[in-house]
Amino acid sequence: MNETPNLNYIKELAAGSVEFEQKLIAIVKREFPEEKKEFLNNYEGKHFIKAAENVHKLKHKIGMLGFEEGYQLTIDFEEELREKEYTLFSKFMLILGAIDNFLETL
Amino acid sequence: MNCIIIDDEETARVIIQQLCSQVDGLTVIEEFPNAIQAIKFLNNNNTVDLIFLDIHMPDFTGFDFIQTLKNPPRIVLTTSDKNFALTAFEYDCIVDYLVKPITLPRFLKAIQKAESSTVTPAEPTPVEDNNAPVGSGENDLYINIDRRLIKIDIPTINLIEAKGDYILIKTEKQNYTVHSTLKKIEEKLPDDLFLKVHRSYIINFKKIVDIEDNSVLIERDVIPVSRSNRPELMKRLNLL
Repeated sequence: MNETPNLNYIKELAAGSVEFEQKLIAIVKREFPEEKKEFLNNYEGKHFIKAAENVHKLKHKIGMLGFEEGYQLTIDFEEELREKEYTLFSKFMLILGAIDNFLETL
Repeated sequence: MNCIIIDDEETARVIIQQLCSQVDGLTVIEEFPNAIQAIKFLNNNNTVDLIFLDIHMPDFTGFDFIQTLKNPPRIVLTTSDKNFALTAFEYDCIVDYLVKPITLPRFLKAIQKAESSTVTPAEPTPVEDNNAPVGSGENDLYINIDRRLIKIDIPTINLIEAKGDYILIKTEKQNYTVHSTLKKIEEKLPDDLFLKVHRSYIINFKKIVDIEDNSVLIERDVIPVSRSNRPELMKRLNLL
C-alpha cells in the first residue's frame, strides 16, 4: 500500500475555519481507536457480520483521510467479511496502522 | 428550511452540520445519534422540512425509520454504501442519496433537489373510517402512528422487538415503530400463533425458517431464544 493519509478533505470542508478543523480532528482521534478496537474484537471473535459493520463505519474515515485505493479495498473487505472470508485482513490492517500513525502526528 | 441529522457517527453529524452552515436558509434544528430519538422528536415537532438520514445504524436502519413516518418530510440519505441506491428510489420522500465522504458541491446539489421537490409520501394503508370499531376483525390489530390508526393483518406479522419505550413490529410488507410495550401487544395476539422467545422478542410461530442452538431464524432475522423460553418453544414444535 503506497497511499498515505492526508487532511485535504477536512481542510476543504473547513473552508479556512481552524476551529472546525481542530474539532473534527479531535472527534476522529476519539472515534477511530474505539471503532478499530471494536472491529478487532469482533474479528478475533469470528463475529464476521458485526466486523463487517465496523469496517463499514471505518470506511467513512478512511475515505475522508484521502485513501482512494484503500477505500476500494475497504469496500471489498467489508463484502468479504459478509461472506465470512477475510483474505484482505492484513492489507486492511496496514490502512488502519497508517491512520493510527498519522493521527498521532496531529 | 429546517433540517435534522440522524447518524450514529459523530464525525458524520459534524460534517453535515458544517455543510449545512454553508447554505443560506438551511437551519439544523436538531441532531440525533439514533432513529428512536428522532422519532420521539418528530412526534412532537412538525417543523422539519428535511432529514439527513444515515442508512446503516445499529438496531434500526434508515429504511426502518422511514417506514415509521406517516407523512415523511423530504429525506436525503447519507451513507458509505452505494448498494442501496435502487432501494432508495422506492421511496417518494427520498430526494437524494449522498455517498460519504460528502463534498460541498455534491451537497449543494442535494439541497437544490430538496428545494425543488414536492413530497408525495408513500403511506401505509390508512383506516378510512376512524369511527369503525377498533379491532372489529379477528385478525386485525390497529396501531396508533402520528395520531392515525393503521390496520395490521395479524398473521402477516413476522416478529415484534422491544426497543426501549417503543416496539418494532415487522410484518411481511412493512415495519412499524409504536410507542408501546411487548407485554401490551402480547395480550392482543393469539397464543396459538405468537410466542415470546426472549425478553425483547415475540415471534410468529408460523414464520420460523429454522432453529439453531439458542436462536430462531424468522425471514432474515436471527432472533435469540432465552434459556427460560426455550422449553415452551420446543414443546410447540411438531418434532419428528
